[in-house]
Amino acid sequence: MSNPNFDEAAQRELSKFLEAEQAKARLQQSIHTFCDLAFDKCVTKIGNKLDRSEEACLANTVDRFLDTSLFIVRRLEETKGSM
Amino acid sequence: MSDFGNYGGGSMEAKKQQVMDQVRSELALANAQELINKINEKCFAKCVPKPGSKLDSSEQACISKCMDRYMEAWNIVSRTYINRVQRESQNMGGAGGL
Repeated sequence: MSNPNFDEAAQRELSKFLEAEQAKARLQQSIHTFCDLAFDKCVTKIGNKLDRSEEACLANTVDRFLDTSLFIVRRLEETKGSM
Repeated sequence: MSDFGNYGGGSMEAKKQQVMDQVRSELALANAQELINKINEKCFAKCVPKPGSKLDSSEQACISKCMDRYMEAWNIVSRTYINRVQRESQNMGGAGGL
């Protein structure tokens, strides 16, 4: 991002700032994906509030999805190891 | 990334802040749009199973409640995910693979 308006220090700061904002945006995109998934799994009927079991289900969906992801990676590494 | 353009007079520090503010608000807008699109999709699916010639009052009430439920769900999912990422990065002292 070379720009005649900003000196090297400012460019570096902007670069770091952009990197941080992009990391935040990636996190938020993941949250949207997980919420989409979890809402379908856990909130079958629209009520006046989320009950305790729906709240637990939403949180569990996120954790179990991530566990699944880690499991898949480990399993693939095991399989690679035995080839 | 939009053109920095000519902000007229003003110190480099002020211009820098302007760029940062612009980035922040563009990303916030993109996030809000994503949320609204999801709400539209989910609440239409749950509240309007048989589309008629207009949205009746019960469908509208359902959509209204659904919007609130989805945003509550989003907050729960957000907290859970961020806590998990922090926990994993502590356990691994680094990236954590998530």
